[in-house]
Amino acid sequence: MTEPLLSIRGVKASYGHVAALKGVDLDVSEGEIVTLIGANGAGKSTLMMTVFGKPRAHAGQIIYSGEDITRRPTHLIARMRIAQAPEGRRIFARMSVYENLQMGAAVNPDADFEQNLEHVLGLFPRLAQRLHQRGGTLSGGEQQMLAIARALMGKPRLLLLDEPSLGLAPLIAQQIFDIIHELNARDRLTVFLVEQNAYHALKLAHRGYVMVNGLITMAGSGRDLLERPEVKAAYLEGGRH
Amino acid sequence: MPEISTTSTGPQFGPVFKDAAATAAISFLMFLPLIGFITVQDIRNVLVLDTRWTLLFILVALITAGRLAYTLVLLPRSARRAHRAPAPASPIVAAIGRWFTPFVVGFVIVYPILIMGLVPGGALKWVDNFGIQILIYVMLGLGLNIVVGLAGLLDLGYVAFYAVGAYSYALLAKTFGFSFYMLLPLAGCLAAFWGIILGFPVLRLRGDYLAIVTLAFGEIIRLVLVNWVDLTNGYAGISGIPRPTFFGIPFNANDDGFAAVFGLPFTPIYRTIFLYYLILALVLLTAFVTIRLRRLPVGRAWEALREDEIACRSLGINTTSTKLTAFSIGAMFGGFAGSFFAARQGFISPETFNFLESATIVAIVVLGGMGSQIGVAVAAVAMVGGTEILRELDWLKDIFGQEFDPGQYRMLLFGFAMVIIMVFKPRGLVSTREPSVALTERKMISAGMVKEGHG
Repeated sequence: MTEPLLSIRGVKASYGHVAALKGVDLDVSEGEIVTLIGANGAGKSTLMMTVFGKPRAHAGQIIYSGEDITRRPTHLIARMRIAQAPEGRRIFARMSVYENLQMGAAVNPDADFEQNLEHVLGLFPRLAQRLHQRGGTLSGGEQQMLAIARALMGKPRLLLLDEPSLGLAPLIAQQIFDIIHELNARDRLTVFLVEQNAYHALKLAHRGYVMVNGLITMAGSGRDLLERPEVKAAYLEGGRH
Repeated sequence: MPEISTTSTGPQFGPVFKDAAATAAISFLMFLPLIGFITVQDIRNVLVLDTRWTLLFILVALITAGRLAYTLVLLPRSARRAHRAPAPASPIVAAIGRWFTPFVVGFVIVYPILIMGLVPGGALKWVDNFGIQILIYVMLGLGLNIVVGLAGLLDLGYVAFYAVGAYSYALLAKTFGFSFYMLLPLAGCLAAFWGIILGFPVLRLRGDYLAIVTLAFGEIIRLVLVNWVDLTNGYAGISGIPRPTFFGIPFNANDDGFAAVFGLPFTPIYRTIFLYYLILALVLLTAFVTIRLRRLPVGRAWEALREDEIACRSLGINTTSTKLTAFSIGAMFGGFAGSFFAARQGFISPETFNFLESATIVAIVVLGGMGSQIGVAVAAVAMVGGTEILRELDWLKDIFGQEFDPGQYRMLLFGFAMVIIMVFKPRGLVSTREPSVALTERKMISAGMVKEGHG
């Protein structure tokens, strides 16, 4: 088996005295969609942020593409073509959609801006209509699209998505999941997805992890996890979705 | 105060007069102790209570009349306006928007010549007090605009860099006899250096915390200037600072002076006009550099930093160096302004660089509209020019008596003007943000039309 693109080994992180991650092991291989599900406060978002160096892992190792990035500053990690659509979208509200996309492209000066723009606007035609509007005037779904589009502008190898369906109508969430699937199937983009919406996220995933209280408790293929009674009981509301 | 119902036919008069009477009563009660009574010393130096019924009556009448005008004229009008659909921007307004900046630049270039023609006797005052004084604040405003307006780092101690620039020039020019043109960049560099010194410890701070620390920094610099008497001469300040020359030719009455060399009769106005163009050149340079920087990645990074620091980092922006460049470039322009100030005054003392100065500059940036250069210029004209104009209003003495000094009401008027502007234009005079990328189809969305959306 080839070495995974992102490999997290025994990572621990904490906020002050509160331990958020208690030794997490997780792999994401090239070309995969990996989903991490878990309840509120399980440490999912923390893990994603720890990959980006904030908060820093105080134990363990994070290896990306053969390099140890555990102690690297955030902006240098971003320049290694890991892109992140963080929780809460965090788009630049006072800049136009176009400028937001430009900001996303700045991380990778080698990428062809025009070509990327065309590609991204092809994925999100809604953004093309709003290209000169300020980010803050977009609807929630459009802002989420912009956050993903901005992350894609740097031509990442690995895309980290933190709850892309948060606060979105089911139909829009489905659209976003479809786009993630398309990106993975067509462009072989590796995606690491953190989600509360376990059913859709696991259906999409090649592999999935379940996190409870800062520890990985279950791992397996997406389909496999969906079938497990513990997952069904805890995350799929007893089979309803 | 009672709510006034305004119908489409017009206001009802009963409630309107009741409202006006309430206004009169409240203003009478408020101004009775404030204005109605005054303590004066009589011939034996004893404090006696005096009354000023006329002044009190005038004030109450003015306020009541204002309230009446508001309820009768302005309220119905705004109610009517609310019903109407917003009118599309007329071509005249668009044309004003396009030609405003070139017009302003043209005007400030011909301003001294215009003044010389219009008021030959008082030209010195108009060029110096209004021209140079305002331009110094425009320069300071533009410099702080980089830190506060673009990078969003609230710096309440900006005057520190102004002081560093001024003292650098004063001390180096007096001690080593270096010329103004040599020391100007040097003073800028020193101020930029102090910008970085301040920047490092406050890198992790934002918003209110940053404001407090920068405020303290400004005070520290001032206190050092006061107490390091060996170097700075303390409160007494530094006098006899060499004035800038016309590229080597001094402005004096000697045979090798400016007037003699160019065969002109000697008057002090030449130096003033030269200084005017010098600071104008510096202001234009600052504005030009800022415009260029906004188009460069670093300028964009500043603006992104103002919006969201975490997003910036995850997009590969080094927030440390971005903040430090903002601090140092902003400080550098402050240093330029400071050394120009020292060269123009010929005398500096720590009292010039107090917190009020910082507050004025921040007010200029905020009133002008964060990040807008033309807004900063307009706000500087209003704030600084306004102060100067207050001194000119001698006719007010005929109304309020000989002791009345309009200059003393400066702060009151500023506060009032600020409240008014912040109520009607909460994002400053020029609140539209021009996208820094020029596209074929440019659409501007004013801040007033939209709400900041986070969800």
